Amino acid sequence: MNYKQVGYIISLLLLMEAAFMIPPLAISFYLAEHAAIRGYLASIVIIMITAGILYWVCRDRKGGFYAKEGMVLTGLAWIIMSMLGCLPFYISGEIPRYVDALFEVVSGFTTTGSSILTNVEALDKGLLFWRSFTHWVGGMGVLVFLMAIVPLSGKNGGFTLHILRAESPGPSVGKLVPKMKKTASILYLIYVILTVLDLIFLLIGGMPLFDAVCTAFGTAGTGGFGVRNDSLAGYSPYLQNVTTVFMLLFGVNFSCYYLLILKSFKEVFRDEELRLYCVIVFSSIALIAWNISGMYANIGEAVHHSAFQVASIISTSGFATADFDLWPNFSKAILMLLMIFGACAGSTGGGIKTIRLLLLFKSLKRNIHQQIHPNRISHIRVNGAVIDEKVITNVGVYLIAYTMIIIVSFLIVSLDGFSVEANVSAVLATFNNIGPGLAEVGPTCNFYAYSTLSKLVMIFGMLAGRLEIMPVIVLLSRQTWKKV
Amino acid sequence: MKILIAGCGKVGSTLTKQLTSEGHEITLIDHDPEVLEGIMERYDVMGVQGNAAAMESLEQAGVQDADLLIAATDMDEVNLLSCLTAHGLNEKLHTIGRIRNPEYRRQAYEMRSVFGLNMVINPEREAATSISRLLKYPGFRTIETFAKGNVEIVEVHVTADSKLKNVALNQLQNIIHCTVLVCAIVRDDRCLMPDGNFVLKENDHLYITATTSNLSALLRSLGIITKPVKNVLIAGGGRISYYLASQLQESGMTCEIIEQSARRCEELALLLPDARVVQGDASNQNFMETERIDSYDALVMLTGLDELNIVMALYGSARGVKHVVTKVSHGENNLLLNELEIGSVVSPKELSCNTIVQYVRAMQNRQGAAITIHRIAGGQAEAIEFIIDENSKHIGEKIKNLKLKKNVLISSISRGENTEIASGNSTYELDDTVVVITNSSNPILQFNDIFEAEF
Repeated sequence: MNYKQVGYIISLLLLMEAAFMIPPLAISFYLAEHAAIRGYLASIVIIMITAGILYWVCRDRKGGFYAKEGMVLTGLAWIIMSMLGCLPFYISGEIPRYVDALFEVVSGFTTTGSSILTNVEALDKGLLFWRSFTHWVGGMGVLVFLMAIVPLSGKNGGFTLHILRAESPGPSVGKLVPKMKKTASILYLIYVILTVLDLIFLLIGGMPLFDAVCTAFGTAGTGGFGVRNDSLAGYSPYLQNVTTVFMLLFGVNFSCYYLLILKSFKEVFRDEELRLYCVIVFSSIALIAWNISGMYANIGEAVHHSAFQVASIISTSGFATADFDLWPNFSKAILMLLMIFGACAGSTGGGIKTIRLLLLFKSLKRNIHQQIHPNRISHIRVNGAVIDEKVITNVGVYLIAYTMIIIVSFLIVSLDGFSVEANVSAVLATFNNIGPGLAEVGPTCNFYAYSTLSKLVMIFGMLAGRLEIMPVIVLLSRQTWKKV
Repeated sequence: MKILIAGCGKVGSTLTKQLTSEGHEITLIDHDPEVLEGIMERYDVMGVQGNAAAMESLEQAGVQDADLLIAATDMDEVNLLSCLTAHGLNEKLHTIGRIRNPEYRRQAYEMRSVFGLNMVINPEREAATSISRLLKYPGFRTIETFAKGNVEIVEVHVTADSKLKNVALNQLQNIIHCTVLVCAIVRDDRCLMPDGNFVLKENDHLYITATTSNLSALLRSLGIITKPVKNVLIAGGGRISYYLASQLQESGMTCEIIEQSARRCEELALLLPDARVVQGDASNQNFMETERIDSYDALVMLTGLDELNIVMALYGSARGVKHVVTKVSHGENNLLLNELEIGSVVSPKELSCNTIVQYVRAMQNRQGAAITIHRIAGGQAEAIEFIIDENSKHIGEKIKNLKLKKNVLISSISRGENTEIASGNSTYELDDTVVVITNSSNPILQFNDIFEAEF
């Protein structure tokens, strides 16, 4: 392990985090929110000191940076950033318990959107902004952002690939262009443009500026923190529809947008992952709309609510316009499935990812064919390109780890004595970075009532889900910390 | 610049290392995903898996808006087809193709516009040329030629009985009775740029700039035997051996080639009627004794195995062969090699890379670009040749008045046929050829880069 290289990058990241706290601090100054101002100033000082010490300790760094360091850096970076990022909530006294503050900010950075707050509107505006801003920062990845602005790649800059792979979701992450800095910049450029578009559409619909900015951040990161207690239910149908569309857009693989910029429309249109994503989205909307049509005045309203909830769950945002906990069981079952499916790889969403479903489905099909023709040699192809067997194996391993974490988390969380439905959906909603679950943790409720142990399990689940398990799991392996 | 490199072999990966450090955007094409993966983890590059000559792979690698394609796969035919296809897809694209088969040499050169080739590189031929130059001036460990063959930078090893031992550089004139300039010294694996008070020690490796006409005088005054090489023993019958044997024969030396494969011996005997081709195992000491290894003036180890080359070069030195040249394909910059008695080390891939890097720098910067670049001192320093043009700064000023960057040295100035080894009072004029030595980590891309930034 090359601790000093890892420490150096984390120190840069912390500087960045301190800088990110300046806009919410400015808002608090503007509104004269004294508790929040105190919280931010103290947090910034603590973060700067930590970063300074880390930078000083790692000043004589040298040597290589490899796959192991990339994994450990990503895991550690997210944990340390969350532990310091929750300080404004804690120091300001708005969230008095540290575990709750940590839960809230991890939920923010991992773009989950699960909250422990019973009354969101009571929180200071500056803190509300930070909550939503963490979604935006965490959505595309903090290390990716760092790579876009700081030239990390010196002489042998290949190591940045390990960081991109560890932080970006998907089974086979690659660069868009040869230079990592440029790749990261392109990703962020697309991200910023889409966010600004969303903001403009929301402002046109008459949403107040502060609400619009926070909602745009929540939508872009597919996070789901709202600034009102009823999430988005109180806004006009137009604003809800805009959010529906943008949630779906942020669930699409960003390399598709890059291809659009390159004018390769045909490739985008033929992208198998995108097609499957659309099929899942539209069939779910239709099925749920049919299932709930009796509960609403007309079919149009049913489709409107169905579409919003499906977009919110599949993109793993977690906004709500209707209390889907009251919907029929069939609709709830579909939503539960969508929680697991998640968005496309290379998007800001969570879950298993559409591409993994596609690969699993194709390898299942191949295995069936091989049962019939045992000597048949066949490859799995996506978009015409042969997928490496290693990727297929990794998808299988990912699914095993995924299932195991859910089972263990479910067992621990069940100690708290809530209903099975609540526990399962709470684990799924946090691990897949969605937000609200069903029953006691449904869209109108929150996670406050869970015990500290359960909250810690869910914090772990959110981080593991956002970073796709491995970067967090390797931190627990003894192999990682051995010298050789 | 956007550069595509087809083939991640020895040349491909060495180029990747050099060109990424100069800030170019590199996309690699190779058929082996594991090779690509390995190189992507080391350098900030993108990889495309596929056939480098296929349209799909080239398009996927972004040939449409690339500036340069370097085709360096292990097959000449693929390289040619790759350049041809790429040029068809993008007319503005520059292409460099590696063509190694001697049979294709003429067509690759004469029909280069048909193949869409801007430059042909042949590592084996370049290696052979550099070996034959070493054999023409025996006594120097390496020789680099500049300014149309008028200036050379030679490497001299300070041995225990050398006249140069414990001599300060400003006293050098008393030993060497001609004007030369010591431009770099490798001591304890580190490359130093010396000043006049520098005192030489045993085991230093000196890099000396001299005019070509002074080389023999330099050899004589250093007490290095200058008996010309007459007969050469070449071990290994690859392409370098073929090129080398034909070049040596042209300059009147006789040579014997030892090759293990009987079939290759047949081929060589057909191609080189005047050379003596012997079938045998160069790793077998008994066999080498029967071939009377000690009676040759020079031994050139060119087999495909670096280890064998090094071991047999050691053996040759021990048996009293005066001049030994060793080909090393991997790890040629390993300074451990300096400790061994294996004579001059030649690395074909390094030579080709120098040529290509030169081409790239010239493309990038048409004005004031380097004409040639040679890596010296085990890759730790660069000797770069520039032609002074109207944009060059400080024309006509004395060198001692110039503010050069740290670790940059002007070593020679050539005007027409005359070459002057640079001293404090030298000046350069328009159209002069200037050789600059640097061991700074920032590449010097154009002549004006050698000066301290002016504020």
